[in-house]
Amino acid sequence: MTQATTNTTDDQPKMEVKSSLSFLRSHMREYGILFALVAIMIFFQITTGGILLKPVNLTNLILQNSYIIIMAVGMLLVIVAGHIDLSVGSVMGFVGALAAVMIVNWDIPYPIAAVLCLIAGGIIGMAQGFWIAYLRIPSFIVTLAGMLVFKGLTLWLLAGQSVGPFPKQFQLISSGFIPDLFNGENLNLFSLFIGVAVALLIVGLAVRSRMEAAKTGSIEEPITFFVAKNGLIFVALVYMSWLMADFRGLPNVFIVMALLIAIYSFITSRTTMGRRIYAIGGNEKAAMLSGINSKKISFLTFANMGVLAALAGLVFAARLNTATPKAGLGFELDVIAAVFIGGASMAGGVGTVVGAVIGAFIMGVMNNGMSILGIGIDWQQVIKGLVLLAAVVFDVLNKKKG
Amino acid sequence: MSTILEMRAITKEFPGVKALDQVSLSVAEGEIHALVGENGAGKSTLMKVLSGVYPHGTYTGDIVYDGQVQSFGSIRDSEDEGIIIIHQELALVPLLSVAENIFLGNERANRGVIDWRSTRNGAAEVLARVGLDEHPDTIVDNLGLGKQQLVEIAKALSKNVRLLILDEPTSSLNETDSEKLLDLLLEFKSRGITSILISHKLNEISRVADTITVIRDGAAVSRLDCSAGISEDDIIRDMVGRSLDDRYPPRIPHARDEIAMEVKNWCVTHPLHAEREVVKDVSFYVKKGEVLGIAGLMGAGRTELAMSLFGRSYGAHIRGEVSINGAPVHLPNVRSAINAGLAYATEDRKTYGLVLDDTIRRNVPLANLEGVANGIVVNNAKEVAVGNQYRDRLNIKSSSIEQETVNLSGGNQQKVVLSKWLFSDPEVLILDEPTRGIDVGAKFEIYTVIRELAASGKAIIVISSELPELLGITDRLYVMNEGRFVGEMPTEDASQEKIMATIIKSGDQA
Repeated sequence: MTQATTNTTDDQPKMEVKSSLSFLRSHMREYGILFALVAIMIFFQITTGGILLKPVNLTNLILQNSYIIIMAVGMLLVIVAGHIDLSVGSVMGFVGALAAVMIVNWDIPYPIAAVLCLIAGGIIGMAQGFWIAYLRIPSFIVTLAGMLVFKGLTLWLLAGQSVGPFPKQFQLISSGFIPDLFNGENLNLFSLFIGVAVALLIVGLAVRSRMEAAKTGSIEEPITFFVAKNGLIFVALVYMSWLMADFRGLPNVFIVMALLIAIYSFITSRTTMGRRIYAIGGNEKAAMLSGINSKKISFLTFANMGVLAALAGLVFAARLNTATPKAGLGFELDVIAAVFIGGASMAGGVGTVVGAVIGAFIMGVMNNGMSILGIGIDWQQVIKGLVLLAAVVFDVLNKKKG
Repeated sequence: MSTILEMRAITKEFPGVKALDQVSLSVAEGEIHALVGENGAGKSTLMKVLSGVYPHGTYTGDIVYDGQVQSFGSIRDSEDEGIIIIHQELALVPLLSVAENIFLGNERANRGVIDWRSTRNGAAEVLARVGLDEHPDTIVDNLGLGKQQLVEIAKALSKNVRLLILDEPTSSLNETDSEKLLDLLLEFKSRGITSILISHKLNEISRVADTITVIRDGAAVSRLDCSAGISEDDIIRDMVGRSLDDRYPPRIPHARDEIAMEVKNWCVTHPLHAEREVVKDVSFYVKKGEVLGIAGLMGAGRTELAMSLFGRSYGAHIRGEVSINGAPVHLPNVRSAINAGLAYATEDRKTYGLVLDDTIRRNVPLANLEGVANGIVVNNAKEVAVGNQYRDRLNIKSSSIEQETVNLSGGNQQKVVLSKWLFSDPEVLILDEPTRGIDVGAKFEIYTVIRELAASGKAIIVISSELPELLGITDRLYVMNEGRFVGEMPTEDASQEKIMATIIKSGDQA
């Protein structure tokens, strides 16, 4: 045992420099997407003359994309499990309409209405999941049907008209900012504090899991790479929270989003449930023969998707301060694109929550940057389409090489 | 009679394996020539060489057909010469009509537009020749297997067949349909069509064949003339005649007197064809510390038996009783089977065994995730430790446990599957073709693990088509044929001849 340890430490310094690069090359699939996001941000930061990262724009960027990101997290689970959900845009619009009808027309207190909306989303997800998981109807067809059904029901519910406005309190879901408990003068100190704390927590957790891995001797990542990566993550997080603190602080919806990302990252990477989702997406037959209840898991991923689509619907309605029959139209495509840009595989079994979130940000930054540059909606669509294609081609080629 | 086909010194290699080694085959015009041999002996490979599935240049040796050396580049080329092969798995499109299937790829058409009248009439004509009384517009899926087989033959006739090759045509047919098919071959013979028949059923072969070529381990070992009168025993001896050397670890008996699992009157029907019973009234037991073998040909129902026991993963209308350690158990799903102490390592590791895109580390605990988790949270350290433990114990050759299983060799993939089931800590471990397609070294390692498990008191059931393997590692054997257990013997009394004879005699009775 001691013999072996001394041997490896002897070898290590020599390998170190080379292996950081080669590690990066062999993990290009994971980090390529992150580099792409950084490159796109730098590109627009320069071409927009620094507008992109102005505090007010950054805050807007996050608010604009929050509902896409919330749904992308749920969509990731659905796609990893080997399915697809085309109905999320319609479900989101439907729930927004439901909230408007309940709160504005029926005067139901908004917290109760919000909870009822989330429950409704869950029921919608379960209804679709039932056909897909237990009756084995292809998810593409079931959710295509759902897309039409809920688009229609939204129209019916709103009688073809916009319903609003919402009470002030409800609007705060997406237009509110966390209060500054520290009473900073020009800076929301509390937001900055949260940003720094989260950054420290993330880096701390990374260090802890590396130390755990060191105990079992299963470290793959070279130390220089590890330090550089976590250093960059720390600086980026602190910088972003400083920028936002400089405007009005962290938006409420940002906190919701961050919590969702953290929770779902943990579920997918660290829980038995997460393992099972990847296993049924990777090879359902093998998973079933390993005693995994693939029907139940598929069902749950759709139920979860329904709840998240409902949450996105509430956020979106609160942001627009009205529910319109056109809300959510075509959003499913942005959500699905985000997940695939983030490295998920159409066949299932592959993909990460963080990847999907980065994918959503890539789409969001491009929307935002191109709008600032005054590029027409026509060319924006063309460019976004090509970026989606390029991301997936890159991923496939990388996989073949590896 | 003139010789229609002569294959001279055919050698075909796959990476690492010589599938055919200097095989020669000579077929006379107008005869029925039988090709026999064990599973994996090389019969199908030889026929694929002949029909152009493996094109000219990928093998060495000559194919002389009709007096000329042929160099077929594709199936199309051989079909143009009248050589038609009908594979064991039927190649019909289930949702197209009989007529459409018959002329598929060979449509009766006028500049790309199908001539339906000619198609239907042509189909009706060949259907009449094979004696199938079905309308040409019938959808193939609505026909039974026997009739589908006849559609395949009708399809061959529509291409002006001169040499018809049938790969185990009766393996999925019942007795009456098999008889009809054999009669049809005899009728073709009277019309001058030559047939090559690949079959395991020696009673059928002795009924229709004029000449028999026996293939063993990729070489043609004998050519028997049926007019001289030959016995089934002669054929069997030529088929299996190879010796057991020290390819197996020593067999020290560990069987205890306690019965680990007992199955009574187990019946299973095909999940789609309710009239087909694939496992018929099977009863057996396995003791603790015993390695039990189930011998039989492909399609005998062994996998179906194992999978139906393993939480009803296969089949419909499953009846019968199972008890584990003396207590009756009800196993409605895989989870309950695993919890009851049963494990089943599949014969098809890529489709049913592994999540190929995942690493060794993530595949090993898949059947027992609770074993590496605290509550619902996976404990990484524990998972890594388990992965490394099995990687060492089974000697899984890999860069680390973080290697994706898709990049492992067959033998190492099999070891990962085995690790997964060992980690679920079963009482009874069913191994279905545990060494299929893996090299000799890895085989020995797997045999060693099997014997070690037996020594530790586990009950192991090995399903294998390789008789030497069963004779080498098991303590006791059951012989299965056509869904039934047709024989039981201690391995020390068993021989390949005895097992083959048991199978064939049971086939004769049926």
